[in-house]
Amino acid sequence: MRYLLGLIIGAATLWLLLSGVYKPIVLGLGGFSVLFCAYVCHRMGIVDRESVPLHLLARLPLYALWLGGEIAKSNWDVAKRIVLPERRISPTIVRLRAHQSSELGQAIFANSITLTPGTVTVALRSGDAIVHAITEDNATDMEGGDMDQRVRRLERPFGAPARREETP
Amino acid sequence: MNALIDTASWILLAGGALFSVIGGIGMLRMPDFYTRMHAASVTDTAGMILMLAGLMLQAGLTLVTAKLVFVMLFLLITSPTATHALARAALEDGIEPQVDHDKR
Repeated sequence: MRYLLGLIIGAATLWLLLSGVYKPIVLGLGGFSVLFCAYVCHRMGIVDRESVPLHLLARLPLYALWLGGEIAKSNWDVAKRIVLPERRISPTIVRLRAHQSSELGQAIFANSITLTPGTVTVALRSGDAIVHAITEDNATDMEGGDMDQRVRRLERPFGAPARREETP
Repeated sequence: MNALIDTASWILLAGGALFSVIGGIGMLRMPDFYTRMHAASVTDTAGMILMLAGLMLQAGLTLVTAKLVFVMLFLLITSPTATHALARAALEDGIEPQVDHDKR
């Protein structure tokens, strides 16, 4: 029920911000389309924890901020390697274990890796991410597991105690 | 104040343009498919974010800025998905990455 409510509120906010025309008839049409979409999604049975990840909302801003910093750093690094003369790359492929408990968490982890310039997830099979990195240093950084740890913290249910899981 | 915002906006737009060009140069300079993808993601992230931020400063606190924020959010979610699909398709199709270290 709360996922359906979350979907309706989210869709309504999106509609209000995209529309900009607040006449009764237009608002009515908007309300109708939001409710109709929610009804269709409900009937398809796709309104759940995965498609409406309410449990991520509280921690998402902090994670987004951290990821933004990482993106800025690696953009600068990759841009330098492109512009400076000589070959400054050492392409490396590594296998990383995605320790997230849900598939959504693993997808966020893999997407975060790909979003950061210099590392791309080329495959994600049964909890193992195959990552192509532009330098060996990038790959070693990834093996450090900082991002994996942060995504695991992100997907933890709200209010759950912080538990440290050891990285093998 | 207006001049200040305009200046900041121009700096961001120029920075975005610069990173986009750097990404383009990288696409030509890099040796193989996978390393070229890393260059493309510079355009995807730094170029896109800086340009949209510059445009947001131009638009000010209006609905246009809200729309630009949505554009940025959707691009930040879809572009790594597309990159991943491309990389995976290449790997499955047998394009072997030229790597210095293979620790699969």
